[in-house]
Amino acid sequence: MTMFQEIRKAIQGLWSLLVGLKITGHAFFQKQSTVHYPRKTVPNLATYRGHIELVGREDAPGTPKCISCYKCAVGCPSNCISLSCPEDQPSAKTRAQVVPDPLGQDPAFRLTPFKVPPPEGVGAPSKRTPATFHLDYNYCSLCGLCVQNCPVDSLRFSEDVYLAGFTKQEFEYDLLTRLRGQAGNS
Amino acid sequence: MTPPFGIPVELFAIFLALALLAGFVGLNGLVLVYLERKVAGHIQRRPGPFEVGPHGLLQPLADALKLVGKQLITPRGADKWLFWTAPIISFAPVFVLFLPIPFGPILTAMELDLGLLLILAFAGINVLALCLAGWSSENKWSLLGAARAVAQSVAYEIPLLLAVLAIAFQYGSLNLSTIVSGQGAWPWQWNIMVQPLAFFIYFVCALAETNRAPFDLPEAESELTAGFHTEYSGMGFGIFFLAEYANMIVVCSVATALFLGGWHGPVASGVWWFLAKVYLLLLVMMWFRWTYPRVRFDQLLNLSWKWLLPLALVNLIVTLVLVKL
Repeated sequence: MTMFQEIRKAIQGLWSLLVGLKITGHAFFQKQSTVHYPRKTVPNLATYRGHIELVGREDAPGTPKCISCYKCAVGCPSNCISLSCPEDQPSAKTRAQVVPDPLGQDPAFRLTPFKVPPPEGVGAPSKRTPATFHLDYNYCSLCGLCVQNCPVDSLRFSEDVYLAGFTKQEFEYDLLTRLRGQAGNS
Repeated sequence: MTPPFGIPVELFAIFLALALLAGFVGLNGLVLVYLERKVAGHIQRRPGPFEVGPHGLLQPLADALKLVGKQLITPRGADKWLFWTAPIISFAPVFVLFLPIPFGPILTAMELDLGLLLILAFAGINVLALCLAGWSSENKWSLLGAARAVAQSVAYEIPLLLAVLAIAFQYGSLNLSTIVSGQGAWPWQWNIMVQPLAFFIYFVCALAETNRAPFDLPEAESELTAGFHTEYSGMGFGIFFLAEYANMIVVCSVATALFLGGWHGPVASGVWWFLAKVYLLLLVMMWFRWTYPRVRFDQLLNLSWKWLLPLALVNLIVTLVLVKL
């Protein structure tokens, strides 16, 4: 580089420093985006991804749309969802029980990153309603694979922002009871 | 005058001055900690400290109490003597640094013909403290920080001295009061109008000498955890911190006296003008810190040796020629 190029570069650099000062100086006088939490709360939580919750049917809000296909439990990388359906077996199932070898030989349980089309006969009220649906939120990594995998849109992220507890047990949710409570409230 | 309780009056006066000075430095330290965090917050569009006292006003006090209450830990492999002498060495010169600064028309602790020289000489001691702190900690991060501090200090002291020398030659004096009284009340009568390049070089070097961002390489958090003061806990760290803020005030005061007309102001000249200008410069320093990313070490040294040093030399030579004419 010649000397003149060097000098030109230095002047350009100095100019960029001034531009930087202008940006931060402008930000200094802008409105702050902090919400002073205990006194105020965020008005809109629509985009918040809390722990998962079940979605009720339109005709019966206390019953989930869930058809007990186990896709959520199988797809969960943290193995924190367990559900059972009386049609299958009496005990609650997790991935380990549904597919002994996780990322499975069985193509039905392969992880799918896109929306799975609903199986045959969905739409009509299913008999395969889960009897239990537990979430161990302690291990959840909020990846959202269960929500993505659910063929009948029976799972969504809740808007529970203000979570705090003293024991692990407080974060083990019985999602069916929770759904019934929500249906009763509304 | 009869000495009360057998104490000579001079001794009493010295102790009073030292106590006042310590109070001044401590108070300014608190204000600067608060300002720094508020400026950082507002630049990032958050409120900064807010919960302790109205608008977080008592936050620095709480921080100070926390630091004082903390246990002082000496690392096992450390050289105990050097380790605990280093913070004292870093803070001790501060008392001397404030002596020749003309805060107001008569508010100068000590009128010295070599005031500027005194400040520059004693400001150099700080780097010795950083070097000792890094060396005695027996920690690789500390040692790297110390090495950086020394190289940086050597590199930036020279252009800083050359920039200051241009002003000194212009006035034929190293007495800060003389230089201040040579300037007028209005901004166009200040030295910054005659010597803008010298001011620029001085301010950049001052940032580097006080280890302020973007030249805070000796304590670069992201690379060296905390550099030379990694191993210091409680007030050991607190004293380094206080010394850094005190040094910031000193370099800004010198800049105010040399370039910004000192205590002169368009209306009602006095100490408030001096403090206002000093605080303006301090705010600019904080503004820089929260705007610029830290430079790399080779960039830091290149800036000094390749740009500031030649520019300062050219500036000095031009000044000398003009003074002689």
